[in-house]
Amino acid sequence: MNISDPGHNPARRRALSCLAAWTGAAIVWTVAGGVPRALGATNAGTPKAAAKHALTFVQISDTHIGFRKEANPDVVGSLRRAIADINALPQAPAFVVHTGDVSHLSRPEEFAQARDLLREIHVDRVHTIPGEHDTIDEGVNGYLNFFDHDGNGNSWYSFDQGGVHFIALNNVLNFKMGKLAALGDEQIAWMKSDLARVSHSTPIVVLAHIPLWTIWEPWGWGTADSAQALALLRPFGSVTVLNGHIHQVLQKVEGNVALHTAMSLAYPLPTPGQEGVGEPGPVKVPAGELGKLLGTRQITVARGRRELALIDRPLAG
Amino acid sequence: MSHPSFRAAIRSLHACAALALFIVASFVAPATFAAGASSASSVDVDITKFAFAPQEITIAPGTRITWTNRDEAPHTVTSNDRSFTSKGLDTGDKFEHTFAAEGDFTYICTLHPFMAGVVHVREQ
Repeated sequence: MNISDPGHNPARRRALSCLAAWTGAAIVWTVAGGVPRALGATNAGTPKAAAKHALTFVQISDTHIGFRKEANPDVVGSLRRAIADINALPQAPAFVVHTGDVSHLSRPEEFAQARDLLREIHVDRVHTIPGEHDTIDEGVNGYLNFFDHDGNGNSWYSFDQGGVHFIALNNVLNFKMGKLAALGDEQIAWMKSDLARVSHSTPIVVLAHIPLWTIWEPWGWGTADSAQALALLRPFGSVTVLNGHIHQVLQKVEGNVALHTAMSLAYPLPTPGQEGVGEPGPVKVPAGELGKLLGTRQITVARGRRELALIDRPLAG
Repeated sequence: MSHPSFRAAIRSLHACAALALFIVASFVAPATFAAGASSASSVDVDITKFAFAPQEITIAPGTRITWTNRDEAPHTVTSNDRSFTSKGLDTGDKFEHTFAAEGDFTYICTLHPFMAGVVHVREQ
């Protein structure tokens, strides 16, 4: 779709300008007692310093390295702007998580370029998970040649840092014809055994590319067996799920589980089931608007508090 | 990925189909190939707006289908029984498969499994 032509489909253009306004500013969120609360908007200014001893990390998503079309002819430039923003944070994050669609077409040269770019971030580690764009030709194997965090050839893994238990999942395979992709029985069983050794008072952060709740099924924006995964997470006091895939910020709270999708660093997508838009393809916006629709997220976990502080920050505001 | 003898069989089917088309084409004016049924030896399916068009097609054995991705997003053409699968198709990329035997072949895009199509191969 293309909205740069003023004579072209004004209804769609209006809808997209609403979209731009909606995600155009960074919103500081705090999730207290399971209920998210907006603290106020910021415009890419100096972020608030995180509390002492708090664990701070950054989420990036959907870099689609290899994408070269009109919606964003320079995804490498967008990622580099994000990297500059991250490297300029007053308090360096402990690490960065990338919630999938690292590449656009799963090509080895795309994975290699993405890996080299991510090494420009001044952090010890960038944790990644695969998106469906990373598993195109040979399942997850092409991705694992470059991003085998587990070391055992699995695309799912867990780690502990700063008193938080992180679970990184692959929910882009295991699909049935005409259905949503799924985690699959093997991964659900692994998740169950992994969580069995974690105390219920430990904050949990889950990374998964496709949202772990059904946002818009006709576009595949959901995970077929997410209910099983969320049931395993229910006994824990603080659970935060970080997703990508839909290239926009949405959130949902279910009891102690807060789910958040993130902006992309490549191109915007329509809002769920957006009127006048038949499919979830790249959205072209006028020059100057794109940077408002792409961005990063800073997450702070304060010890002893259930809520995580989230700041979604566009590349340009 | 195909077995050599299978490929040889496909090649000989191609040759038969080409000969048959030549004979038919000598006597019959060029046909327009409708979505419902086609006796042509080669038909096109578009991948557009996250859907296969036509979504359902009936062809004769020996017919080659060429899928072309018209979307900006990549797609694949992957049969449910894995008897055929494309690489990731970027914009404008094509994938061909010749259907030798009768049967019903359902397929999806592995990036977007909600995209489904079906090919019915029938003697006509």
